[in-house]
Amino acid sequence: MWFFRRPSYGRLESGKRPGMMFRPIDRRYSEKMKPCCTPPSGSSDAGPAPSSGRESCCCGPAPQPAAVGDSKCACTHGDLPGVPPWQDGTVPTPVGPVPRVATALGWSDRLGGWKVRWGIGRGSYRVPPGLYAAGSPGPSSPVLVTANFKVSFDRLRAVLGGIDGWILVLDTKGVNVWCAAGKGTFGTDELVRRLEAVRLAEVVDHRKLILPQLGATGVSTHRVEELSGWRVRYGPVRASDVPSCLDSGRLHVKPEMRRVTFTLAERAVLVPVELVLSFKYLLAAAALIVLLSGLGPGGYGLQRLGDAGVRGVVLLLAGWLGGGALGPLLLPWLPGRAFSVKGAWVGLALVLAALLPLWPGPFANLAEAGGWLLIIPAVASFMTMNFTGASTFTSLSGVRREMRLAVPVQIVAVLLGLVLWTMGRFI
Amino acid sequence: MFGLRYLPDVVTLELDLAACTGCGTCVTVCPHEVFELVDQKIRFRDRDACMECGACAINCPDGALAVEAGVGCAAGIISGALRGTEPSCDCGSDDSSCC
Repeated sequence: MWFFRRPSYGRLESGKRPGMMFRPIDRRYSEKMKPCCTPPSGSSDAGPAPSSGRESCCCGPAPQPAAVGDSKCACTHGDLPGVPPWQDGTVPTPVGPVPRVATALGWSDRLGGWKVRWGIGRGSYRVPPGLYAAGSPGPSSPVLVTANFKVSFDRLRAVLGGIDGWILVLDTKGVNVWCAAGKGTFGTDELVRRLEAVRLAEVVDHRKLILPQLGATGVSTHRVEELSGWRVRYGPVRASDVPSCLDSGRLHVKPEMRRVTFTLAERAVLVPVELVLSFKYLLAAAALIVLLSGLGPGGYGLQRLGDAGVRGVVLLLAGWLGGGALGPLLLPWLPGRAFSVKGAWVGLALVLAALLPLWPGPFANLAEAGGWLLIIPAVASFMTMNFTGASTFTSLSGVRREMRLAVPVQIVAVLLGLVLWTMGRFI
Repeated sequence: MFGLRYLPDVVTLELDLAACTGCGTCVTVCPHEVFELVDQKIRFRDRDACMECGACAINCPDGALAVEAGVGCAAGIISGALRGTEPSCDCGSDDSSCC
């Protein structure tokens, strides 16, 4: 589904743009949680930052208010709480010291980035929103804007070695730029609010901001200018292209740096989290298969669990991996445009590969073989269909259209398959 | 080879040519080269490549572009349907501590 893609200022780092992930229950902002620097949730017009300034700031206790006056929730003045390994001192500014970032990624940054790819602590992999410095920036240095998902932030700072610039981190609730822009948290209102909160106008003498291109889904350039007087320029999609775009002192972005790709490597990094997130459903499906496998002539037979049951679970596993991993990896080469069709082909190929070599063997029963021929392609089809959320080129209208047909077909195929497979044991 | 092309003739992207002043912002922000600027007017270069991200529409100062933007994500559509809301892939917006 969603999650990270790479590289960018965070472009897919956590999922596809709008969407990659799916949380069945919206647990955002329960009462007991304090609001972050910005008021709850996507609403674009969320009011002002928490009025009480200091203690409501999410960035830890005592954000050194003395140094910065009423900084609202700028969050990053002076040393960060605990001084994280990626902070490299501070840089003095008219509004107080600003943390300077290290431009080399350390071991903990790499490990953290790897963990979120596997869905571990992804939602809380964040840096405090606010203003940061790279190198030794001055009043005329460029301002680069990114999200507070740490993978996005790390991608950007990692390419800023030798560059003097400011980094403005928006509060995107730990979501990458593209996804957050789709939700509106990397958006016009948050940008304008954050500019105020960090008093950027007192730090630099120009009024130009460089945003990652994929932030355009949430940020309206003309609205930002109307509201704040700041001019937004869109930089490249990928953070790795930032240095070459800044080379001449003015922003110059080649057309190919504005295009989104979806290479094999970009797809591959998104596979683990898809599998992790669907694993609990796999377990439930496997339990159902094992349970059903005991049914047969003469009542419920435990010995059948180790026979038909194990066979079924192996096939199910193949369908899950085929649709969740092979489908995404082979995406451009699978027949059909709908992801559900591409996945069905993978499932069909796998089930035939399992049945034919063993024929007549354990699958001699036509009903049982027919059952699997229906179930596994449907499972793989569903898994690959879910990868639409991670992809960089599927539209909402398109996904809706394919689902209108695919979901009913998948459901009927699975039900019919289960009936056939179970009946096969009675024949 | 089928490439990375999604379904044809399905996107909701609309262009109001009369309103367009040819500023070219949409050409810049589109991640899929959907537009091109010809004779001071925008036209579709490849409309089917649109993924409905909505960047062009919110960045068009003339209000010449409209699209039903949203998440092209099956899981998001399912979760939206189950919750009776718009499709939403609430991926990262976790509960866990803020910042």
